[in-house]
Amino acid sequence: MGIRFVLMVNKQGQTRLAQYYEYLTLEERRALEGEIVRKCLARNEQQCSFVEHRNYKVVYRRYASLFFLVGVDNEENELAILEFIHLLVETMDRHFGNVCELDIMFHLEKAHFMLEEMVMNGCIVETSKSNILSPIQLMDKAS
Amino acid sequence: MNPFSSGTRLRDMIRAIRACKTAAEERAVVRKECASIRAAISENDQDYRHRNLAKLMFIHMLGYPTHFGQMECLKLIASPGFPEKRIGYLGLMLLLDERQEVLMLVTNSIKQDLNHTNQYIVGLALCALGNICSAEMARDLAPEVERLLQFRDPNIRKKAALCTIRIIRKVPDLAENFINPAAALLKEKHHGVLLTGVQLCADLSKVSTEALEYFKKKSIDGLVRFLKDLANSPYAPEYDISGITDPFLHIRLLRLLRVLGQGDADASDTMNDILAQVATKTESNKNAGNAILYECVATIMSIEDNGGLRVLAVNILGRFLSSRDNNIRYVALNMLMKAIALDSQAVQRHRVTILDCVKDSDASIRKRALELVYLLVNENNVKSLTKELIDYLEVSDPEFKGDLTAKICSIVEKFSPEKIWYIDQMLKVLSEAGNYVKDDVWHALIVVITNAPNLHGYSVRSLYKAVQTAGEQETLVRVAVWCIGEYGELLVSNAGMLDIEDPVTVTEADTVDVVETAIGRHASDLTTRAMCLIALLKLSSRFPSCSKRINDIVHHHKGSLELELQQRAIEFNSIIEKHEKIRSSLVERMPVLDEATFSGRRAGSVPAAVSTSQGPLPKIPNGIAKPTSAPLVDLLDLSSDDVPAPGLSGGDFLQDLLGVDVSPVSSQGTNPTQKSGTDVLLDLLSIGTPPAPSSSSPLDMLSSSQDNKSPVDLLGNLASPSPSEKPSSTAGISSMIDLLDDFGTSPSVPVAETNGPTYPAIVAFESNSLKVTFNFAKEPGSPQATLIEAQFMNKSPNIYTNFIFQAAVPKFLQLHLDPASSNTLPASGNGSITQKLQISNSQHGKKSLVMRVRINYKVNDKDVTEEGQINNFPRELLSSGP
Repeated sequence: MGIRFVLMVNKQGQTRLAQYYEYLTLEERRALEGEIVRKCLARNEQQCSFVEHRNYKVVYRRYASLFFLVGVDNEENELAILEFIHLLVETMDRHFGNVCELDIMFHLEKAHFMLEEMVMNGCIVETSKSNILSPIQLMDKAS
Repeated sequence: MNPFSSGTRLRDMIRAIRACKTAAEERAVVRKECASIRAAISENDQDYRHRNLAKLMFIHMLGYPTHFGQMECLKLIASPGFPEKRIGYLGLMLLLDERQEVLMLVTNSIKQDLNHTNQYIVGLALCALGNICSAEMARDLAPEVERLLQFRDPNIRKKAALCTIRIIRKVPDLAENFINPAAALLKEKHHGVLLTGVQLCADLSKVSTEALEYFKKKSIDGLVRFLKDLANSPYAPEYDISGITDPFLHIRLLRLLRVLGQGDADASDTMNDILAQVATKTESNKNAGNAILYECVATIMSIEDNGGLRVLAVNILGRFLSSRDNNIRYVALNMLMKAIALDSQAVQRHRVTILDCVKDSDASIRKRALELVYLLVNENNVKSLTKELIDYLEVSDPEFKGDLTAKICSIVEKFSPEKIWYIDQMLKVLSEAGNYVKDDVWHALIVVITNAPNLHGYSVRSLYKAVQTAGEQETLVRVAVWCIGEYGELLVSNAGMLDIEDPVTVTEADTVDVVETAIGRHASDLTTRAMCLIALLKLSSRFPSCSKRINDIVHHHKGSLELELQQRAIEFNSIIEKHEKIRSSLVERMPVLDEATFSGRRAGSVPAAVSTSQGPLPKIPNGIAKPTSAPLVDLLDLSSDDVPAPGLSGGDFLQDLLGVDVSPVSSQGTNPTQKSGTDVLLDLLSIGTPPAPSSSSPLDMLSSSQDNKSPVDLLGNLASPSPSEKPSSTAGISSMIDLLDDFGTSPSVPVAETNGPTYPAIVAFESNSLKVTFNFAKEPGSPQATLIEAQFMNKSPNIYTNFIFQAAVPKFLQLHLDPASSNTLPASGNGSITQKLQISNSQHGKKSLVMRVRINYKVNDKDVTEEGQINNFPRELLSSGP
């Protein structure tokens, strides 16, 4: 079913956003996040963007101080997920204007709304930035 | 208002958490917030429900429990306003999951929202349903979702499509309702709807063959045309990624074509052109283009063969493999693993590049490449590939050594062309990364060494050299110590030198040095030390000049805090000091370990037997009992000091002990029963050659020993010729009785009809459920023919029916099987089946007997098959007589 989870993590390894598309208990999540973040953060720029962990393949990409990590199953196209991460970041940039860790922290629900418009049940729903953002902008206008 | 529930703003809470310096501070802040949220919940505070849930989501993200907020989500969802619903649904997806009972309560709210007039609210409900719906919800809400697949707004249709995927995964029976609406989505123009519609069709095809056939028939042409339009489409700013229009849609389409083309030549044919076009025309200088190429290759590999396309695909992978971008190399390695099943020749061409990838600095690439190399190995390239891998083992990262070692060992075991090469490679691995080698691997090495009599000397000398330079590798030390114990004299005498060897000068003292160093090393664990003690015991007999020194080392360990070591040391010390006469026969070389038994056990569920308690004595191949050194030595210790009568040799003494167990003996010296019993024991003790038959009658022997050993009551008891007294033996010697009881059965069936020479009986096969004993006889005058009486015993509490015994022998043997006495085997050893076999050996005197057996039977109406190989036929059968 493609994407199993999306994580955003800062340089210190603190989780800033976590969305799972399968059920894990709280303890399992904490352990998984800890292990994956340790693995990914230890890697350097030249190394490839894929890390295998347990039965996941983690595709990750770093933007300034923020790491985007996407866990996928073995059937998924790793390069496409890499492109998806970039699209996610561009979308957030368009909304927040050069998105940073604090934007996500203080607007956690908005970040989730954007992600929700892009991924549902582990599948990509929409790839047009304006389509993704229009419901969010509408809501902003209303409030 | 409650002072606790006034609470802070969301923003302030996040600031407070950010400001925390330690985890403990953070916990304190979170605890306080949770307390105030709970208070607000219990007061049913309307105003801050929205804010509290937002806080809970943040707290949940940090990894704290938030179950108490679940009901709040439901309340928010039920409220009329969009912002409340929005946060309520988000909370629902984050804080709840499909396993919770609470979820059932939300079904009705979702149903209402799916029918709401506001399309954004419909969208929210669809999204939540798509993420968390359970099987019950799927059944309840499928009609609503089906209707929404035709909703006027495409943004709803796309969400309904993904929601459908969840529904048909939960309840595949519902799939057929969705085939038509899904096919309709493929005709859309909106990319989001197409993307999700294509995905839905692929999922429908997986759960329903009806859907698969439908799409094959109706949709392939449309999909191909559509992919062509997309690939050639002009610049579309909204979907453009580095010059390519919507690569995500490309990939989805290629994936659906893969599902439809698999195993269908016609369908594959239809898509050939477009695949070729995508494979050749797509720009490969950007990630997006490569993602499409990668997917295209995967599709070409999966659909029915078209030679030209496959070549194209393998070429793309070759290009990927030589890319400088590590991401591209990674996916190339990943895809080559799939390609190897289709065209291993083409993948072999990239062997050198792949080997380079094993040595990459990037762990992900290394791991993929290693998996791939493992698949690439065959009989022809095993030597060069193994050399490369072992060379790399020296310089690889410590964290990679475990994986690498396991793979090398597996390759070497699987493809080894000859034993000497196998031994050489294993020694290299053990010297380089012995600490990463698993137990079964070095056990296997020992089994191979014992099975190569011409390499014993070579192995022990190589191990001696290796251990000098790599003494810190635990498993290397273990194998070396074991071999030195067994073949130490070959090390000193340089016996059996191969041409390729450099002669070494090793004295007996040097040999003992190695073992002494190993036992004294702080890092050595219990198993290694226990093995060292055994080796020392063996050396003490082989190197009489070092006996004193060895005894000192053993003596030193009598004070060991480890029970196992202490016990061994005390026992061995006693053997060295008090039982000079039997020592040499006790520490004879181990019989050849049976490879079939070992590999069978390795494959089976029984864990490898060489644990600390068993020490380094692997199970003896014929499978009689499981002798550890301890019971044996107990047995000897019991006899204490001067028990053996002056005229009795050690072997006779054992015979004496055993004679007791055999039913009342006649006073004729050549009693076959007694003889066979002895040999079984000797075999058990790994004493190779049986002693010459005693000339005196056993009764005489017993009485004479009785005379001399008045202090030892226990033995007196035992030595009494009346079997009825046996049970009176005390618990102190129970292990010995157990040991002896095992033999009670086998010698009781002497092959007595013939007057010719007698042969020791063997346990030819033994498993948890079954025991097969062979008794032997020969016709006088025809030494090449052997008569075997097989006896089958059922060890399980269930009766076996339809019992059939089959045997096979190599060409130089001829086998004749007589009918069995019965085909029903009573439970728990209450009776047996016997069957006679005749073997004639055309190579009599040159080759020994060997046999494979298969036993079939039914137990509780289930068919059971057991198989084994017998190569522990008594050596005496080979010569004309014992």
